[in-house]
Amino acid sequence: MIRMVDVSKVYDNKVTALENVNVEIAQGDFVYVVGPSGAGKSTFIKLLYRELRATSGLIMIDDFDLTQLKDREVPFLRRKIGVVFQDFKLLSRLTVAENIAYAMEVIETDPEEIKQRVTQVLAEVGLTGKAARFPNELSGGEQQRVAIARAITNNPHILIADEPTGNLDPNTSEEIMALLEKINAKGTTVIMATHNDQLVNSHVHRLLEINNGDIVRDEKEGTYANEG
Amino acid sequence: MKASTFKRHVTDSFRSLKRNGGMSVAAIVSVTVTLLLVGIFLALIFNVNHVSREVENDVRVRVMIDQKTTKTQRNDLRDELQAMADVSSVTYSSRQQELDKVVGSYGSAFQMFGGDSNPLNDVFIVKTKTPQATEKVAKAAKKLAHVSEANYGGANARNLFRATDSLRQWGLGFSILLLLVAVFLISNTVRITILSRQTEIGIMRLVGATNSYIRWPFLLEGAWTGLFGAIIPIIIVDIGYAVLYGASAKTFASAGYALLSPGSLLFGMDLLLAVIGIVIGAVGAAISMGRFLKI
Repeated sequence: MIRMVDVSKVYDNKVTALENVNVEIAQGDFVYVVGPSGAGKSTFIKLLYRELRATSGLIMIDDFDLTQLKDREVPFLRRKIGVVFQDFKLLSRLTVAENIAYAMEVIETDPEEIKQRVTQVLAEVGLTGKAARFPNELSGGEQQRVAIARAITNNPHILIADEPTGNLDPNTSEEIMALLEKINAKGTTVIMATHNDQLVNSHVHRLLEINNGDIVRDEKEGTYANEG
Repeated sequence: MKASTFKRHVTDSFRSLKRNGGMSVAAIVSVTVTLLLVGIFLALIFNVNHVSREVENDVRVRVMIDQKTTKTQRNDLRDELQAMADVSSVTYSSRQQELDKVVGSYGSAFQMFGGDSNPLNDVFIVKTKTPQATEKVAKAAKKLAHVSEANYGGANARNLFRATDSLRQWGLGFSILLLLVAVFLISNTVRITILSRQTEIGIMRLVGATNSYIRWPFLLEGAWTGLFGAIIPIIIVDIGYAVLYGASAKTFASAGYALLSPGSLLFGMDLLLAVIGIVIGAVGAAISMGRFLKI
């Protein structure tokens, strides 16, 4: 469960990125965050995994009060949240399996458990057989699958995807979208920031549109076509 | 921390050391030079302190007998010395025995002073009951008939301590300066590692690694640099000291004093050098982490 109450974010340079945002996202929701560049989407997303701290207001994620959260407590919040980016952010010196295992290693998971879980997650994202490959030996879509596998390997409650199809062709984007929906169907909340109107219109979910730092539209089954 | 996690940190830190190549070597060499000088300085200070203390705790007063003293007069003098309240024993050493000691210490060249040319005096070596009593006994002995001179170690000890003090101050200042240079070089190599691993650090933060987990490999990299830098100084100081000790033992023994034995000095000093290396390495790493590892 995510709850934002009167959340504002003003940067040091006095630019107001978000102003009095109020929103609730239930566990298991699939939510698109759309809007033009510079509207405040990235700020909204970064506030959720406490990359940024809100200037005012209240942000609750499960039992974490993000506005009060101390820096040393942030890692424990992030273990409940998986994050995927447009540029994948994989470690090129590690194999696919090692990239996925990495997320479990840094939170000191038992090595035996890591081995089992990596095999399981590779199957989930459809990359069985590519465990020993290096990222530069994979296509963009496969790399994004590895990034998603890494994000879900610790069984997060929430998966945040910031433009996950931004670097991918339409067919691959469809595959990634299907994968995200599959993850969502298992109960993980998915929050996806995107500019991809085709995907938003073909895979209809709740839609939050942000413009000028405010949520201007919040529709249970929103599409780009509804705009205006 | 789990053993598997620590193993991973160790592997990571070694990988960084290897990746930084030249910078790591420069930092290790800097620690080597620093610790070599610190090691030599420490060995010197410990020994001067030790000998000063031995001299200070020396209960012997050397009472030199006038050369024209007869045997009867000498025996009377022994009785007088023995009768003093603070004296525990009086031992006679003839001028020939005294010369033999000199020859033993400084070489056969001094044999030319044998026989009538011997300029030394017969000596009574008076042992007092406490080190503090030496001054009093020496003064009293000096007033007795047939005594040309009475020396005790305490006065020398004061001079030695004064010399040690200035040696310690200069040595300490110089060592601190070198240590700072080593810390700076180590912090620089760790800075390079941090900057080259920004992506990885970002991913670690993203997937919920704690701050201490992220910091460990950098801290270890600094500590290894320090520890590796300590190895050569430890070997050189150990071998060098053992050789020096063997060569100088006779000289010191004839004077009644001894350097610290390699067994009693070196183990502690090796440990100290290793610890200093590790600490400067860790401090260097911590400085860079504080400045460049924003978590």
